[in-house]
Amino acid sequence: MIVEEIMNEEPYTLAPTNTVLEALKLMREKKVRHLPVVDEDHHVLGVITERDIKEALPSSLQDEPNSAVFNAAVEEIMVKNPLVGHPLDFVEEVALTFYESKVGCLPIVSGGKLVGIVTTTDLLYTYIELTGATEPGSKIEIRVSDTPGILFEITKIFNAHHANVQSVLVYPDSENTQNKILSVRVKTLNPLAMIEDLRKKGFDVLWPNLPGVSL
Amino acid sequence: MKKAVFVYSPEQLGYKFSDTHPFNHKRLTLTMDLLKNIDALKDIDIVPARVATEEELLLAHDPKYIDIVKRAGHGELTEAQGESYGIGTEDTPIFKNMHEASAQLVGGTLTAVDYVMEGKSEHALNLGGGLHHGFRGRASGFCIYNDSTVAIRYLQEKYKARVLYVDTDAHHGDGVQWSFYEDPDVCTLSIHETGRYLFPGTGNITERGNGQGYGTSFNFPIDAFTEDESFLDIYEKAMREVFEFFKPDVVLTQNGADAHYFDPLTHLYGTMNIYKEIPKLAHKLAHEYCGGKWIAVGGGGYDIWRVVPRAWSMLWLEMTDQEMPAGALPQAWLDRWQPEAPVPFIPTWEDPIPLYEPIPRKAEIEEKNAQMLDKALHIIRIEKRV
Repeated sequence: MIVEEIMNEEPYTLAPTNTVLEALKLMREKKVRHLPVVDEDHHVLGVITERDIKEALPSSLQDEPNSAVFNAAVEEIMVKNPLVGHPLDFVEEVALTFYESKVGCLPIVSGGKLVGIVTTTDLLYTYIELTGATEPGSKIEIRVSDTPGILFEITKIFNAHHANVQSVLVYPDSENTQNKILSVRVKTLNPLAMIEDLRKKGFDVLWPNLPGVSL
Repeated sequence: MKKAVFVYSPEQLGYKFSDTHPFNHKRLTLTMDLLKNIDALKDIDIVPARVATEEELLLAHDPKYIDIVKRAGHGELTEAQGESYGIGTEDTPIFKNMHEASAQLVGGTLTAVDYVMEGKSEHALNLGGGLHHGFRGRASGFCIYNDSTVAIRYLQEKYKARVLYVDTDAHHGDGVQWSFYEDPDVCTLSIHETGRYLFPGTGNITERGNGQGYGTSFNFPIDAFTEDESFLDIYEKAMREVFEFFKPDVVLTQNGADAHYFDPLTHLYGTMNIYKEIPKLAHKLAHEYCGGKWIAVGGGGYDIWRVVPRAWSMLWLEMTDQEMPAGALPQAWLDRWQPEAPVPFIPTWEDPIPLYEPIPRKAEIEEKNAQMLDKALHIIRIEKRV
């Protein structure tokens, strides 16, 4: 999946001369925490975040409601030359950037101009969708050996049951590096026949695993 | 006024996918026979289920979808054509006259509604209903038409009622919830095994309704291996606080009997105790808040031999203020059905103790459920304080 598919294509923006108070009002009104700052040609000059504003303001415990900071231009406190992304970046690359650079958003730039924005919230929702949790389905977890062709053997069984697989996640087995855990969400209320077939083929079905299952 | 009526027609048994499909309405026959054997259900208690009209089905479903269901049941639709409507899948295969059979189940719930709302009986039960996964234009999870959604819309239109829908099936009542997600005059409460593993996957505490309806959807996702005590603790607290908050005119309860240890599709490890307690509290609160107006429907329940007949009998006994039975099940009933059953019956109303091995992480599961309850009810608890 590429960034273009999950980015917000119409981000709210500010001009460098907008005041901090205007930035704060826009954030509250639109319920966003990040605003790109652009010039007239939509070149990205910086990013201002809710946190930048909070850090610039005096403590809310002090009685200074009309702080001069509110009237300052956003260009004075924005992050200049921020990290940016491209519409063709892979979603997982962006996730890694967020994680390693500890930023909460990336303005997406193409042809030198701002074309969108991606935030950690967008990524989180993408993750939820990846798990298949937004569609009716049952989860089956299978421990498999880490060898080629295993996924094919498993999907053959789903195919035989005419089952619609909504998502497949593969993650390492914490107990044995020779194995992987497959977490599959299937569009059915009754996964019993599929589970029985998986077991018949010798697969180790971890969930559902009854009775006497260890959690 | 009668205490309660039992809505049933033999035509309801026509809702049948196949001999091997887990959804099997033979459980209606088994339940009725058990009740008759203990003399708790008499012919005068039974009223026939009417058939829902097309106009009534349109309260909850798209005309296009109804047409698809009709055509499927009359051999005019291939599985491939039905697939995007959830028809002809492994969960909801095509069967003969599926529209007629489904409309009969919906009609049963409407019959129950009319009996209660016209004051002919205080309560009414339609065990054939409770098909809570049905969507506006799509079948899902063994459910074709959503009788509860139709019935609630009918209650709103014909009787101008504020309805509380309570769903104790082990699966989330997603179809009904989404139907009324933006409606402030219908409150849905579902307690179910967490969707992290179990179908349909929804029913998180964060699903609270939308727009005008924000704050009138309640979900209580409990962990696998929850067992009786924690289940009932969550159920009782949730019910009392939601009734007090919403103050419904009438309550419709969905009584899936699939949270039991024996149920093949779920993992909650309940016993017969919960099926004794669930209707007791619903009954009590219906009298406290709704002048007794209580309509009950069936739902899931996939161990049709050992679990469903006992569980649903208790529901009827509670509705009609009859004494809860204890000890041995009638021998005549056991003798009649045991030869057909693939599993040995539990010969008593109670489950044997212990029914299963102790659950290793019981304390943690209970703690997690309690935390979930606090979060799910937080929204009405803060409102109360203001």
